[in-house]
Amino acid sequence: MQPVRRITSRTVVLPTTDVDTDQIIPARFLTTTSRDGLGQHLFQDWRFRADGSKKEDFVLNEDTASGCEVLVAGHNFGCGSSREHAIWALLDYGIRAVISTKIADIFRSNALKNGLIPVVVDDATHAALVGTAGSEVSIDIAGATLRLADGSEIAFAIDAFARYCLVEGIDELGFLQNHGDEIAAFEGHRNWKP
Amino acid sequence: MSDRQPRTLFDKVWSDHIVVHETPETPAILYVDLHLIHEVTTPQAFELLRQKRLPVQRPDLTLGTMDHSTPTTPVTTFRDLEVVGENAANQVRRMQDNCREFGLELFGLDSDYRGIVHIIGPELGATQPGKTIVCGDSHTSTHGAFGALAFGIGTTEVGHVLATQCLLQRKARSLSIDISGALQPGVTAKDVILATIGQIGVDGGTGHVIEYRGDAIRRMGMDERMTVCNMSIEAGARAGMIAPDDVTIEYLHGRPRAPGEADWDSAVARWRGLPSDPDATFDKAVSVQGDQLQPMVTFGTNPGMVVPINDPVPHDTGDASFRKALDYMQVAPGKPLTESRVDVVFVGSCTNSRLSDLQLAADMLRGRKIAAGVTMLIVPGSQQIKKQAELLGLDKIFIAAGAQWRESGCSMCIGMNGDTVPRGQLSVSTSNRNFEGRQGIGARTILASPMTAAASAIAGRVADPRTYL
Repeated sequence: MQPVRRITSRTVVLPTTDVDTDQIIPARFLTTTSRDGLGQHLFQDWRFRADGSKKEDFVLNEDTASGCEVLVAGHNFGCGSSREHAIWALLDYGIRAVISTKIADIFRSNALKNGLIPVVVDDATHAALVGTAGSEVSIDIAGATLRLADGSEIAFAIDAFARYCLVEGIDELGFLQNHGDEIAAFEGHRNWKP
Repeated sequence: MSDRQPRTLFDKVWSDHIVVHETPETPAILYVDLHLIHEVTTPQAFELLRQKRLPVQRPDLTLGTMDHSTPTTPVTTFRDLEVVGENAANQVRRMQDNCREFGLELFGLDSDYRGIVHIIGPELGATQPGKTIVCGDSHTSTHGAFGALAFGIGTTEVGHVLATQCLLQRKARSLSIDISGALQPGVTAKDVILATIGQIGVDGGTGHVIEYRGDAIRRMGMDERMTVCNMSIEAGARAGMIAPDDVTIEYLHGRPRAPGEADWDSAVARWRGLPSDPDATFDKAVSVQGDQLQPMVTFGTNPGMVVPINDPVPHDTGDASFRKALDYMQVAPGKPLTESRVDVVFVGSCTNSRLSDLQLAADMLRGRKIAAGVTMLIVPGSQQIKKQAELLGLDKIFIAAGAQWRESGCSMCIGMNGDTVPRGQLSVSTSNRNFEGRQGIGARTILASPMTAAASAIAGRVADPRTYL
């Protein structure tokens, strides 16, 4: 994995609460056997009408959203299914970080394993971000801080191990494989066998 | 060890699978006893194994089926799959190839044991108390009904388990949900879990593993307990668990993958030690008055937007997301859903496609007809359930009532196989998600129990099942 150390970008704001992964990438696009090319279908049914034309009033279709790498999302973003395709679609589209007041567990876990940065902030910070849509923010992954456009810095929680892997570009599978001896010992010493 | 401290069911299963303890710097390495795989969330993981030239660590602890992208009309040749679409056919073919290449057991299209992944694990007896069970599917929480620690994972983690039989995990917090009292007639496990999600919210369980407790849970059979645990993820929880008891043990006895007679007594003795210690404490606790519950129906676009069937849809709170949901559903605040005309009724999914679910629907449909203009699909959870239902003659009841009786699969819960609700139509569904477009682009979904679904099919509108008891 490529190291991810800092993300500096203007924000795009989607304040809808409880955005589920079926909205991020509808199930009919999950018949793929690849990780690539899902960005074209990100938020498909919110971005496009049935005839394929763009819904101009959807935030990602606004001109100002072009090039934004940070999505400020409503509470409980990424709830629902475990599909990692939601992460692949966001990254392929160009979104590299999601800021919300709550991010669903499986989505967060999947995000960290792909270099998409989940940032959970308090209500006041979130309100400030929603109120300043399009402003530039900077996320320092090693320092676990979010710098807002007004220069203020907010610390956010990120699992120490996930942060280490992100900053160093380390694949978590390699870490597991390095514990092969312990895994074999565990299998050998169990008092019951599955 | 902390054996002298009172422990929860979750604590016990967790600590029994720790290969390396967690530290502030590193998560725990957790051993996985059963890895269930299906065609949708595995191809990219197998590709990774191929690139890294890695074998599957424990083929014997890995079990595959195909359920999401498969047709529910009979499949006799691979060409039949093309009705589902070229990509779906390719995904199914890839699953077959991957299982063959890596030496994994697959309950394929021609298997009598094929079915929805969360149906066949328990049915085979592979799902057992005290196991850790994972699958690239969020409804893996279903298996927690047996006292297993079971949760959904992403495809990267599927790769981790295939390659090492382990996962990197931080221990979740614990949430006790006590459900008390005897359920009233017409109220089912589905209503219990919908009401619970309505009470705690779709993010009420985030970061937690739920243990469902209380006399209402103890009175439930395994099918019902699975319905409850299945929807733990709809409250945001990592997993839902129920302590094993006589009901659990009786269910498992004699199943093909359950411990055989030689190992049975020692397995049962181990399982008997799993329930939470009487003085164990939880990080959070919630109570639900089971005897007060009514049949529940969702009115919005997530499972937490739910009301008792005769209650009015709540008034607009001024919240834009709430308004968006009501607009999408085309429902009016202040009125009950019971007058809404229904186009489609779906009985199926890993939530409600087991034999007892089908029996509830059949009891209601026996000697009755579904309303003109209603399409009703009844999709058993597995080929075994299909066979059992046919032995009981349920298929004849469904067909006589005007419903369609199908082969097993996820079907209209997720609409990946061509079974979809047409745009704008209203569906009463026994599945688990009423998200926008979940059952088809523009489809409007009301989640309900099999009894409410069947009653609604008969009435042609959202109907209280107690009318037909």
